[in-house]
Amino acid sequence: MVVFRTAPYGGIYSFEGLENVLIMGAYDQDVSVLFIDDGVLAIKKGMDNSGTGIKDFSPTFRALEAYDIEKIYIDRASMEVRGVSLEDLVIEPEVIEADAVEKMMEEQKNFFMF
Amino acid sequence: MLHLVNKSPFESMSFEDCLKYAVKGSSILFYEDGIYGAMPGTAIDDRMASVVSDYKVYVLKEDMMLRGIDKIMDGITEVDYAGFVGLVEENKTASW
Repeated sequence: MVVFRTAPYGGIYSFEGLENVLIMGAYDQDVSVLFIDDGVLAIKKGMDNSGTGIKDFSPTFRALEAYDIEKIYIDRASMEVRGVSLEDLVIEPEVIEADAVEKMMEEQKNFFMF
Repeated sequence: MLHLVNKSPFESMSFEDCLKYAVKGSSILFYEDGIYGAMPGTAIDDRMASVVSDYKVYVLKEDMMLRGIDKIMDGITEVDYAGFVGLVEENKTASW
């Protein structure tokens, strides 16, 4: 499972996480993706880099489906804290509760945190 | 005094640390991941409402655009890079 837990441009983590997911997908690994904490902000719609010139990698999240990566989850509480709803996002992950996140921590084999 | 905050208030204590020492009436500018503090409808809405009444709060437009944030709380002033430079010219600064 690849976990996105940081905002997209304050550091390189989010971008690196996306690269890792795509590489795993390219090698047909059984990969799940989870957005928690500030990670929910990584897939915000409407990013506009015209003022900064920094590469906007948010459209690439839409390619996950093309890589047959379908197990994509987002933590409801993290969204609520930040006032984010599904309509605000470039992809539509399955919204899950904190207890489901805990369960994943038990069940998943490996975690890659970004 | 101009206080510069570039960390997300949801992941870092730097904004709260800034508020502990910032004199009321001084200025606070959110940039980079600090701009998430200016979003309306979050868990820190009430906290921000009191901050906005006690301080002059600014947010850097270009960093909001990059992050896809197009709404800001009432009472917060949007500035562009030129406005940022203007504020730095007029004030002593502290980066949190």
